[in-house]
Amino acid sequence: MTVTDTDLGTDPSTARDSVASALEQDRVESHLNPPPSYDLADHPVPTGREEVWRFTPLKRLRGILDGEASDKQLRREVSLPEGVTLTEITAEQARELGELAPNDRPSALAVANAGGAVLLDVPAELEATEPVVVTLTGESADDLVWGHVVVRLGRFSKATVVLRHAGSARYAATTTVVVGDGAELNMVSLQDWDDDAVHLGRDAIRVGRDASVKHTSVSFGGDVVRMHANVEYDGPGGEAELLGLYFADAGQHLEHRLFADHNQPRTKSNVVYKGALQGQGARTVWIGNVLIRKVAEGIETYEENRNLVLTDGCQADSVPNLEIETGEIEGAGHASATARFDDEQLFYLRSRGVSDAEARRLVLHGFFNDLIRKVGIPSLEEQLTDTVEAELAKNVLDGLAPVGGAQ
Amino acid sequence: MSELVIKDLQVSVDTEDGPKEILKGVTLTIGSGETHAIMGPNGSGKSTLAYSIAGHPKYTITGGTVTLDGEDVLAMSVDERARAGMFLAMQYPVEVPGVSVSNFLRTAKTAIDGEAPKLRTWVKDVNGALERLNLDPTFGTRSVNEGFSGGEKKRHEIAQLELLDPKVAILDETDSGLDIDALKVVSDGVNRFREKEGKGVLLITHYTRILRYIKPDHVHVFVAGRVAASGGPELADELEAEGYDKYLKAAAV
Repeated sequence: MTVTDTDLGTDPSTARDSVASALEQDRVESHLNPPPSYDLADHPVPTGREEVWRFTPLKRLRGILDGEASDKQLRREVSLPEGVTLTEITAEQARELGELAPNDRPSALAVANAGGAVLLDVPAELEATEPVVVTLTGESADDLVWGHVVVRLGRFSKATVVLRHAGSARYAATTTVVVGDGAELNMVSLQDWDDDAVHLGRDAIRVGRDASVKHTSVSFGGDVVRMHANVEYDGPGGEAELLGLYFADAGQHLEHRLFADHNQPRTKSNVVYKGALQGQGARTVWIGNVLIRKVAEGIETYEENRNLVLTDGCQADSVPNLEIETGEIEGAGHASATARFDDEQLFYLRSRGVSDAEARRLVLHGFFNDLIRKVGIPSLEEQLTDTVEAELAKNVLDGLAPVGGAQ
Repeated sequence: MSELVIKDLQVSVDTEDGPKEILKGVTLTIGSGETHAIMGPNGSGKSTLAYSIAGHPKYTITGGTVTLDGEDVLAMSVDERARAGMFLAMQYPVEVPGVSVSNFLRTAKTAIDGEAPKLRTWVKDVNGALERLNLDPTFGTRSVNEGFSGGEKKRHEIAQLELLDPKVAILDETDSGLDIDALKVVSDGVNRFREKEGKGVLLITHYTRILRYIKPDHVHVFVAGRVAASGGPELADELEAEGYDKYLKAAAV
């Protein structure tokens, strides 16, 4: 077991909004995150040696990065609560809504090739009672599909958005989430693809003043899935909780790249990603980047990634990065742990009569359960628990009855 | 009826310098309905005895036998031993994050009995056991041993003893780290178990304090991986007054 724990400065001194630091922030670039740009020339075809591409199996992206035009679409089923609308807009309109520019080649290609965007709009002060559920289904892994999405939450609105990906495709998508002042969003992106899908996704979130966002990325299916979850702030007081859950089977590559850009004072980010790996060639990558800009006094950030390696032949990469340009913060820390099953836990459970296989199931159930409870969407929680059970049944625990019900 | 027979048990543990012998031939019989206290200084091998009987993978049995009602315990897996009627209350119970106490208890009970307990009586049984051990009813929703105080961990072990109802309980320093109130609650729990027909108890302790509340039938002094002396409850009084020096010196010779 390897554990890294870092805790950095907790300085409660009040933040000062100085003009100088506000000016300076524009010039500071993250060392780990290339500057966003719509221009494809700023995102050359990667060789695989670039910092942001070195973990990704480029050959298995099956030509997505060549950027061919394609008018294929994913089939879209939508369930909208009253007052929430879904409309087609142009790429120009998406920019005018304040979308966040692409930060890598697939997201730039998606904007260039999608031929317009879909806008999910939650008007100001609307508190949606039901979740928005959008299911996107692909027909075939041969289909190349470009996606461009904007989610907008008006001031003081409140909504839950579940975006589910199923079927198969070669899919690259750019999603921007603009959360107005004081609004509250709970968003889940579920990658429930067939085994041969390739998905390169970028979700970028701008958190308004005093707004709060919970974003959960769940990756179970697909051959290669590479998801960005980026967050930045539009004013002080914004909070972002970025959660993730993944389960890689034999041969699967599941990559999650986080970037919390603290570009405003007194903002918060909290990242928890948990993954399990089983089977030959199962591979997961977690990159957690945090940038604390000079202006971002009084911020608080914590990142955590935990991986449970269930069998031989798996590889989990976990890289937390902190770039800090001011020490005048409440706190910043990260933790990363990748481990096999804990022998002491298994012994404890087995000493109570529980079989070895069932003890493993129980430990894994517990490992994810903590996170699943945080997602905060009851109907989805049950589904996630079932999916974890089903994943587990595939390999490690063939043919076992489930652990005595849910709770 | 239950009889745990330990004969000439020899156990070693792997260290950087190769295997190290810890138990050097332990012979003990816990007869039906009997409570045996094992007392000894730190490092004498008391816990090794408990964990090797329960089947912890860290320990290698190099000789001897352990049988429960004639069945070969050492041939069983860890969970088979528990299903055969053995229970180990641990000195340091292990955290299992995300698994609730109630889920854990029901899973264990189902495994031990071979069928799920009847819901209505089970809920009552669990609540009763928790209440008798002075554990809050919301205890069931907490993750197993996570964030428990030392006392809560030990009381949770004894709640399991009540609910899983084994034939023989091995209590590994269940009294350590308990204040006097918690010690009484835990002792009451153990005594309720002893009152049932034919239950065996092997009580491992460093201190005589718990023996004021749980009266053993037999007391064994454990030194350097062996039983150095055996006697009745009066042996505990002697240890209280004189300590282990006499036995340690004898073992060193």
